[in-house]
Amino acid sequence: MKVLEGLYYSKDHEWVKVENDKAYIGITDYAQHSLGNIVYIELPEVGTELSAEDVLGVAESVKAASDVYIPVDGKVLEVNNSIVDDPSLVNTDPYENWMVLVELKDKSQLDSLMTKEQYEEFISKE
Amino acid sequence: MDNLKKTPLYDIYEKYNGKVIDFAGWALPVQYDSIIAEHEAVRNNAGLFDVSHMGEITVKGKDAYTFLQYMITNDISQLNDNQVIYTFMCNKNGGVVDDLLVYKYNSEYFYLVVNAGNIEKDYKWLLENKGEYDVEIKNISSEVSELAIQGPKAEKILQKLSDTDLSKIGFFYFKDPVKIDGIDCLVSRTGYTGEDGFEIYMPNKYVIQLWEKIIETGKEDGLKPAGLGSRDTLRFEAGLPLYGNELTDEITPIEAGFEFFVKLDKSDFIGKDALLKQKQDGLKRKIVGFEMIENGIPRHGYEVMINDKKIGYVTTGYLSPTLKKNIGLALIDIEYAKTGNEFNVVIRKKPLKAVIIKKQFYKKNYKK
Repeated sequence: MKVLEGLYYSKDHEWVKVENDKAYIGITDYAQHSLGNIVYIELPEVGTELSAEDVLGVAESVKAASDVYIPVDGKVLEVNNSIVDDPSLVNTDPYENWMVLVELKDKSQLDSLMTKEQYEEFISKE
Repeated sequence: MDNLKKTPLYDIYEKYNGKVIDFAGWALPVQYDSIIAEHEAVRNNAGLFDVSHMGEITVKGKDAYTFLQYMITNDISQLNDNQVIYTFMCNKNGGVVDDLLVYKYNSEYFYLVVNAGNIEKDYKWLLENKGEYDVEIKNISSEVSELAIQGPKAEKILQKLSDTDLSKIGFFYFKDPVKIDGIDCLVSRTGYTGEDGFEIYMPNKYVIQLWEKIIETGKEDGLKPAGLGSRDTLRFEAGLPLYGNELTDEITPIEAGFEFFVKLDKSDFIGKDALLKQKQDGLKRKIVGFEMIENGIPRHGYEVMINDKKIGYVTTGYLSPTLKKNIGLALIDIEYAKTGNEFNVVIRKKPLKAVIIKKQFYKKNYKK
């Protein structure tokens, strides 16, 4: 399972890639793998203000619908519509194909997320 | 997964990258490669399913025929030896105890294939109703393994492993024994995918050998190991019901739209009075097919509404891998159940528009 250096990871299998006061958020390789073929993705509207642990969107596999949670507080600046049009892109490369770009509200929240090594350890026990 | 029942193939799922889930108390692979790839393999080439969790019950004895005529809704009076029939067993209210296949060896020996989740219930139900009938009922489920090879290339692949001319086994017929890779099996031209194919029954100890052999032999023809995920999408597209979704103890076969397998003009059987009455009084609800107009995938259990009124629920729904459409089956109040009518399916609290269409989403591709 691919885990990238430099990203933050949540126990719900989302990744956060910080760029200054903004962050890209998506689901991990582990998550896309457990879901299987992703056939439908729902994303929030631009401008939505979300608190950590809120439902950010939905990823549906052939078999079931799964909520995706936002690991930090944030205001949605952009959504990636290309994965709405072709959800299988998330299976192909879950780190390249982010779900939303948010404005971070409280960067200290990142401290509660996992590093690459911690996340690798975490999924090895799942 | 430790507390789950396992088929004799459990230990080799990992070798084929099988992703194991809990299905009705059984540890079974939902997929090996991907549900869509396996689904397409079965539609275009072939897939091999481990269905050893299915139950097998034998009914033998002088009264086997009359006993079964009383237990099931379909009519076996015209059934030939070596023929198979699809049927329901109903309770007194007409609800479905189980849907099953009945294999007729002769009028004193039948072989029933039942759903894994219902094995104990069915066995008990048969024993409870045995009464004075001179029959011996045996649950041999734990001794028998079953593989299903399904798809347009199923016969071609399986034929390479057998000297028996498989083309002679007609649709819903069987032969026993048939040597497959030297192993004596019961082989029927049956399945649960809407494609041509065979179901193969054998003693547990041979199933790993046969699985590996069929996988190896079928590779060049595009055969893939296939899991429960594609089994469900395939049967759904073909309009075949799943017990627990379209059929339950509370849903009658007529409500489910399978009256064809209920012969109300035959001799008495359990549930007949209730079903006759339901016919006379008219249905209050029934299962319809539908297609989403607004974008969303319908799922089992989602509510169906018209305005603010709940009129039913989704029994099965998918983004159909073959048709690439969001389609489903729903059990709804009869007054709304007309093709072309629109209703809403509630997906994550949002009512999304759908239209009723005919239930045969995918044209079955049987070799008859």
